[in-house]
Amino acid sequence: MPNMSLTKVKMPEQEPDIRNKNFKEVALGYDEKMAIEEAQRCLNCKHKPCVSGCPVNVKIPEFIQLVAEGKFEEAYNKIRETNSLPAVCGRVCPQESQCEMVCVRTNKGESVGIGRLERFVADWYMQNVKSSVNKPESNGVKVAVVGSGPAGLTCAGDLAKMGYQVTIFEAFHVPGGVLMYGIPEFRLPKALVQQEIQTVKDLGVDIQTNMVIGRVLSVEDLKEQGYKAVFIGSGAGLPSFMGIPGENYNGVYSANEFLTRINLMGAYKFPSTDTPVFVGKNVAVVGGGNVAMDAARSAKRLGAENVYIIYRRSEAEMPARLEEVHHAKEEGIIFKVLTNPKQILGTEDGWVKGMECVEMELGEPDKSGRRRPVEKKGSEHVVDLETVIIAIGQSPNPLISSTTPGLDIQSWGGIIVEEETGATSKSGVYAGGDAVTGAATVILAMGAGKKAAEAIDKYIRQNQ
Amino acid sequence: MFKIVKKQVLNSSVVLMSIDAPLIAKKAEPGQFIILRISEGGERIPLTIADYDRENGTVTIIYQIVGKTTRELAEMNEGDSLLDFVGPLGIASHFDSYKKVAVIGGGLGSAIAYPQAKKLHSLGAEVHAITGFRNKDLIILEEEMEKVSSKLIVATDDGSNGNKGFVTNVLKQLIDEGNKYDLVIAIGPLVMMKAVSNLTREYGIKTLVSMNPVMIDGTGMCGGCRLTVGGKTKFACVDGPDFDGHEVDFDEAMRRQNMYKKQEKESTDIHVCRLGGANNA
Repeated sequence: MPNMSLTKVKMPEQEPDIRNKNFKEVALGYDEKMAIEEAQRCLNCKHKPCVSGCPVNVKIPEFIQLVAEGKFEEAYNKIRETNSLPAVCGRVCPQESQCEMVCVRTNKGESVGIGRLERFVADWYMQNVKSSVNKPESNGVKVAVVGSGPAGLTCAGDLAKMGYQVTIFEAFHVPGGVLMYGIPEFRLPKALVQQEIQTVKDLGVDIQTNMVIGRVLSVEDLKEQGYKAVFIGSGAGLPSFMGIPGENYNGVYSANEFLTRINLMGAYKFPSTDTPVFVGKNVAVVGGGNVAMDAARSAKRLGAENVYIIYRRSEAEMPARLEEVHHAKEEGIIFKVLTNPKQILGTEDGWVKGMECVEMELGEPDKSGRRRPVEKKGSEHVVDLETVIIAIGQSPNPLISSTTPGLDIQSWGGIIVEEETGATSKSGVYAGGDAVTGAATVILAMGAGKKAAEAIDKYIRQNQ
Repeated sequence: MFKIVKKQVLNSSVVLMSIDAPLIAKKAEPGQFIILRISEGGERIPLTIADYDRENGTVTIIYQIVGKTTRELAEMNEGDSLLDFVGPLGIASHFDSYKKVAVIGGGLGSAIAYPQAKKLHSLGAEVHAITGFRNKDLIILEEEMEKVSSKLIVATDDGSNGNKGFVTNVLKQLIDEGNKYDLVIAIGPLVMMKAVSNLTREYGIKTLVSMNPVMIDGTGMCGGCRLTVGGKTKFACVDGPDFDGHEVDFDEAMRRQNMYKKQEKESTDIHVCRLGGANNA
């Protein structure tokens, strides 16, 4: 008999007042008993809406059935058939708008906790199973992947499973892309990301760090070196600024810089690490997405007393996941919605001292379908601050597009691809993830990497 | 890992190192830089490429000991290896059409000005080199500069080499003597680059400066290295590091340079302290 409880088995978490002072993971995960209990909520329905709700089509009912039977290793192998990064996905996928949104159980009550179960299975496997994945036999055909974020890792993993000899070129000193520099330790522990990347390496994928493609080697160079195809998954690395006065005062960060200092460079351990970060007593984060929540929660953990989220629309329009907003509020982040910055104010020697903001109200819907915020006259006011973090989005990094002749790009920098295959305007060159779409989610990037891997396989077979 | 194949102490606070990095050596051009990290937990620091040897696959860096990382680097020796060494980053300088150029290096800036002078010289331009140092003990690359210029003037702030003065005075004198430069390259401390740019603005001579702000990735990702150039925000790592000196907001750049002064001192003090401890043991 299935477990007919209307709600998910609760996942233990660190208490808000404790966790907002440390960088350890917030959610603690299910134990075996909780996982089996939750797995029994799955009705194992025939039409499996959850699977089509997943960009990498994880065999959800099958793996959950195995969890219910206590066969955790088998459950892991089932997930791995289509997903190279289950510990990551179980934590950072927006399940509520994908697999869990279409779960039959949502007709009455909460969906099955698919994300929580995926996370449990991946963690259980990494803790309990030592044997590595079987390395597929190589077909000797070389493929290059640029960028080791979610898109690149997925594309590389899938190609390696087909026998290709894949080399990933990563610009930073460690692989993982946004999983390492962007998403904070308290949401996605870095040791775990590296463990999961190791499983991709175990498939025979070679990862070369410190390689900025577009500088040390061009895409053309890669083809000359015998790579039969190239996948570009270089992400959306170019931070946007607001273009308001005062953005270059000391104490103003792009969210990219703030988070990279903390996550990749370990600035939260300074001075035992060498990279510092400056967090004042009063911090404002401008923006309403997941990156803004990550920056705000990190600032709080670094000792800021007042951390504000400044967002020009209302909370209903916030692009951040509900769970992230909820966690941020629990941790004491102050939400100033319907508020827009006008200028950053500085001291004589160039440090941030405040930000002039204006209140907004919602008018007619705009192109995105969200109601357009308009300024309320006479509502200008100053918020006292020492640190401002700008989290209003990133666009694709132009390093590769500007050094690859014949690669067509959108006016805003995204690489133009054929949607179903990821094929670019250049023969044998594919692209996917944020480099194509602009900043989006980990799982969409993984979906794009997966599609491109299939297309690359087809392309190479046809051209042999 | 990237092996240090040569180490040479140029003066009490400036060190030259050649690093085994064949892929970077193959592509490097004057004006570009690398980012290095010594070990796990270390910071990423940008250093301009001072020279490269495509045949032997080495890249030369010259740095001043200013903070913890450069201090640690200076404690390393030939045969040791750096954990990370990435490049060549930034846009290479383009010097195709210049006939007569004044290349100015202030202090350590001479090390960055040298490859530019060398490149211009090899392209057939007439190079006048002007380098400035606080005193004669700090003079570096005199011989090298001499080889790639038709005129080299070395000035010292205190006159201890027999030629007292600032590089700006020397440049002004050369211009007033009738030298017609179609380009001035000024590389050194921000205050010096600002002074040179102010001078050449009066004479209407195009001036390039090389900016070296705080940065992390060097690929345009963090925006920490942003500057105001001609009223617009630019990233030194991908839009530069060379910029039109007449357009750069130097005052802002100088303020931004101070952002981590306090933390840098803390980090360096701890390092020095630890060394002291090791010596006592």
